[in-house]
Amino acid sequence: MDINIITVFILAIFVGFEIITKVPPTLHTPLMSGSNAISGIAIVGAIISTKTGGDIGSYLGLVAVIFATINVVGGFMVTNRMLKMFKRK
Amino acid sequence: MNIPNISYVLASVLFILGIKKLSHPKSARNGNTLAAIGMLIAIIATLLSEGSLNFELIFIGMIIGTFIGAIFAIRVEMTQMPQMVAIFNGFGGGASALVAAAEFLKSGAITTFTLTTIIFSVFVGTLTFTGSFIAFGKLQGFVTGKPVIFPGQNIFNIFLAGFLVYVGFRIINNPFIVPGQQIDISFFYYLIAVSAVLGIALTIPIGGADMPVVISLLNSYSGIAAAATGFVLMNNGLIIAGSLVGASGIILTNIMCKGMNRSLANVIFGAVGLEQETTGSDGTKQMNVKSYSTEEAAMIFDAADKIIVVPGYGLAVAQAQHAVREVAEFLEAQQKQVLYAIHPVAGRMPGHMNVLLAEANIPYEQLKDLDEINPEFEDCDVALVLGANDVVNPAARHDTSSPIYGMPILDVDKSRTVMINKRTMNPGFAGIQNELFGYENSIMIFGDAKEMLQQLLKDLKDL
Repeated sequence: MDINIITVFILAIFVGFEIITKVPPTLHTPLMSGSNAISGIAIVGAIISTKTGGDIGSYLGLVAVIFATINVVGGFMVTNRMLKMFKRK
Repeated sequence: MNIPNISYVLASVLFILGIKKLSHPKSARNGNTLAAIGMLIAIIATLLSEGSLNFELIFIGMIIGTFIGAIFAIRVEMTQMPQMVAIFNGFGGGASALVAAAEFLKSGAITTFTLTTIIFSVFVGTLTFTGSFIAFGKLQGFVTGKPVIFPGQNIFNIFLAGFLVYVGFRIINNPFIVPGQQIDISFFYYLIAVSAVLGIALTIPIGGADMPVVISLLNSYSGIAAAATGFVLMNNGLIIAGSLVGASGIILTNIMCKGMNRSLANVIFGAVGLEQETTGSDGTKQMNVKSYSTEEAAMIFDAADKIIVVPGYGLAVAQAQHAVREVAEFLEAQQKQVLYAIHPVAGRMPGHMNVLLAEANIPYEQLKDLDEINPEFEDCDVALVLGANDVVNPAARHDTSSPIYGMPILDVDKSRTVMINKRTMNPGFAGIQNELFGYENSIMIFGDAKEMLQQLLKDLKDL
């Protein structure tokens, strides 16, 4: 157990709460789809897991890459599509 | 210190800046682009720095994933955004669980700490995956949108949770673990199975207007799963990004619960819609409901100066957002003021109405939230309620016996005239009849929101 990684975790939660409470209700749906795309960071883990020993591990890695890529690509694209629509008078 | 770690720090900074820019619609799009660049950096750094990767598998996976993701993103209707977010939460959770599972199946020495994080990650990820698919099914309509209840449901869930703890304990204290050897994995399969069932069991009893809470919660879970996987892999990038998403989902969940004046436990275990259906129908008879035609409504609009539109889920179902804009533009051309009142839990996900109205080119400055708009009803001539019900029910203010008592509502009844468009007199999701419909200043216009608004526009032009 590494204290540095716990420190990072706790600070990240605080930063998260600070910045997200500032997002106005109007943008809550893009916030959800955008944060959804960010949770696609699991793609990093998915890439790493393709190298694990044994076929099963690698194939789990493949499915993980597919899922995470859907999340990343779809999430950022749809968020962009939505945000494009928010206009002033 | 090495290159991938520096890249993950950079990616994390870009994620944070990206979300920070979401604090205003003007900068939001740049923010999204920044976050996407952060993700690209993280991916490239991983591809370049990790040795012995299976590039063929990665390439195939990314092509398939990009194709599916892009199709979803391009094709989805704005009214279907809740489903889309629900299913994407599921993919995120699923990916995290799979990564943790792959790590587990790697034979070799695993410390108790890593094993614990793997179990947690697989549990949360799998639960998110199955729960999200049920939520998607409910919103898309191939699973019943109503709460599914059976006797002993909470006991069943507690039993599942208890079994889960036992399974986790057995995996950690597995006597067959020998460093360097394949470990006994039967309990690992139990872990996946029970987590999957629990995800379904916790989602099916929730329905209708409670969906915004579920989606926000699943959003949070998908982040927590990613953070847990970060602990498995000791990867800062996953931990930071996952924590941000986890925090975001929890904040939204909290806002949704406050919007309904209910605790999270009450939403998850309370199963509202069902118990109240039995008590709902008796209020109908005493009410004196006035049904108006669109022609009569047009005359009322003609005399009005200030109009507040209150959109609800019915507007989304009828795809009436463009029709609303057309009516509003016509009224504005006659020097009338048009505002929109957005209740936090209107629709099926946080901000659902805002996105719909934005799609119809309605400027976001005209959209007001609960605290901003409520004082405006005092001097409002017409409040036009489109497919919203429980969020405008005055019983929430005074009727202590009402299940929605204490819920913050839009004070539409303070307007001179409240015009309510509904398809039928059927009660809303909470199963309670809305006393507002019988008020002196209330008039009903029955029919599909889109058709009604188009007819109204015609009648306005004919005046």
